[in-house]
Amino acid sequence: MTTKITWARVLLYATLITVAAVYVMPIYMTVITALKNPADINLDTAWQVPPHLNWGSFSQAYDKLGPNIMNSVILAVTATILSSMLGSLNGYVFSKWQFKGNDIVFTLVLFGMFIPYQIILIPLFQTLRRIHMYGGLPGLILAHVVYGLPITTLIFRNFYAQIPSSLTESAQIDGAGFFKLYLSVIFPLSIPGFVVTFIWQFTQIWNEFLWGITLTKYSANPITVGLAQLAGGQAVSWNLPMAGSIIAAIPVLLIYILMGRYFIRGLLAGSVKG
Amino acid sequence: MRLTRDRIIAFSVLLPSLILIAVFVYGFIGQTVYISLTDWGKGAALAVNPQMHLIGFDNYKELFTSFLHGRFRQDLINAFFYTVSLVLGSLALGLFLAILLDREPRGEGIFRTIFLYPMSLSFIVTGTIWRWLLAPEGGVNVLPSFIGLPAGQFRWISSREQILTFDWQSIPAITAIVVSLVLIFLAVRTWRKGTHKRALIVAFPALLLILWAVFGQRMVPQMLPIPERHGFNLATIGVSIAAIWQFSGYTMALYLAGLRGVPVGLHEAARLDGATEIQYYMRVAFPILKPITLSAVIILAHISLKMFALIFAMAGPDNAATDHPAVLMYLTTFRGNKFALGASIAVILFLLVALFIIPYLISSYREQRRRAS
Repeated sequence: MTTKITWARVLLYATLITVAAVYVMPIYMTVITALKNPADINLDTAWQVPPHLNWGSFSQAYDKLGPNIMNSVILAVTATILSSMLGSLNGYVFSKWQFKGNDIVFTLVLFGMFIPYQIILIPLFQTLRRIHMYGGLPGLILAHVVYGLPITTLIFRNFYAQIPSSLTESAQIDGAGFFKLYLSVIFPLSIPGFVVTFIWQFTQIWNEFLWGITLTKYSANPITVGLAQLAGGQAVSWNLPMAGSIIAAIPVLLIYILMGRYFIRGLLAGSVKG
Repeated sequence: MRLTRDRIIAFSVLLPSLILIAVFVYGFIGQTVYISLTDWGKGAALAVNPQMHLIGFDNYKELFTSFLHGRFRQDLINAFFYTVSLVLGSLALGLFLAILLDREPRGEGIFRTIFLYPMSLSFIVTGTIWRWLLAPEGGVNVLPSFIGLPAGQFRWISSREQILTFDWQSIPAITAIVVSLVLIFLAVRTWRKGTHKRALIVAFPALLLILWAVFGQRMVPQMLPIPERHGFNLATIGVSIAAIWQFSGYTMALYLAGLRGVPVGLHEAARLDGATEIQYYMRVAFPILKPITLSAVIILAHISLKMFALIFAMAGPDNAATDHPAVLMYLTTFRGNKFALGASIAVILFLLVALFIIPYLISSYREQRRRAS
């Protein structure tokens, strides 16, 4: 294709750059506000880069959010690994060991990822209290693993459906059983599937808020709850919540920027009919 | 036989997950429905095993008719407007951006990354940032002053203004008119296609509904003792802007994947036939994008009905103007300790989401069956 400089082309770039500027604007404002001294935050200079950078906002915000970050790391890593492993096994069964009523069972599993979680919140709250898992991280991990099953199963089922059956059949003729087939053929081919589910689950769990605020006590609050508390008080000086937002966003933003391709695959997996 | 044994192993590997889903999804939904029909532990709401007595639909009746729960009714209206603005806003903006990127500009990857990054952020982060941007003394209101205009005065998330107000009592009539308008639209379309008989069959109930809306109003029993005004809260606009900022990249990605799926030959053929670009999109590309639009509408609608964290972080849970049933459920249950009433709100929210999701899952199930056979 030849790209001549035409008015249409100029207009295209002008529009794209304008819209992109609007999308980036919140980041710009967040960063410059985080770097201001509380006293310098006012209406007239809201858009200006501060003359003196106040890096202290970050260490101050980190002091408050440090324990929350620790909680979120433990939570997200554990729950991501567990739900991905279960999802991989489930997806393997749903795609390679189909049984009678396979599709209907799968659809019933899928339903679990679309419900508004308010509908299970009260029984979940009561159950965790009854089994003495309320308030701490284990209960929250359990919730994330269970309600993560639909999406991880979906991603792996669609991923394994692409593995040609000739490959699995020849292994079965060689006498490979259920687990041997999984370990020798399926699992070694699963790395892209695991990358997609890891990224998706980690991002989702890191960003989750409703369970964080209803199922954990103060000491086990994840980062989103910590940030909401940091920002929620009256008479906040805006540099702190902005620095906190940056700290909370950095892990997922890094993942998105470095592995965007896989992030988008997870995103589309949840919406394109499987 | 080897294979039968393996099949049994396969199913028993799946079984724990199925049991978890059965209990945590279906069992818990059933339990919440049951709780919503009880009077959950009077005076000892926080007991691990509270006393419960079935009281029928009293909680629902209270939500819809009690003078105290006007906030819940306004929340339903808010949820409706949140859904309409998120769906329309994200679809329009996403399609626009997808068409721009479909022209294959240089740096397409960078633009795509920029449009999609908000999607990776937590609602709490988005909410905190936009709360600052849209605060009365925040950045956005200052913008007009850069081009010499007076600074904006609009209170984006704390405005108490309401437009398009109506009486709660007239909801049946409004619904009837909207449904009949849709039916008339369908009838006209069927008429144009030449199937006149069918068009008349569709038009008849529309006519009945309009007649009822105009003359039959008095037959509706009085739902509330006194008239109650509801409407579109202007404060929800701020939240909707943040939500559209977050989700338009998602619809862009969906549409761009769809546009890239259009066979190259079709675009060329349309060009050779002398079609302008606009004609190409209207006649060739958009019909191909229809199923994507449908999926996107369903996904976005169900997200907007679940929108809890964004409102919590941006407007605060106690801001009645921006409230949403998902937030009210949390407040009622965990702050007010009214578990049964909270369960009823959750059930209503669940039914609204199910309205979108169940047909979606059924159609995707049918598609699977078709592909399998």
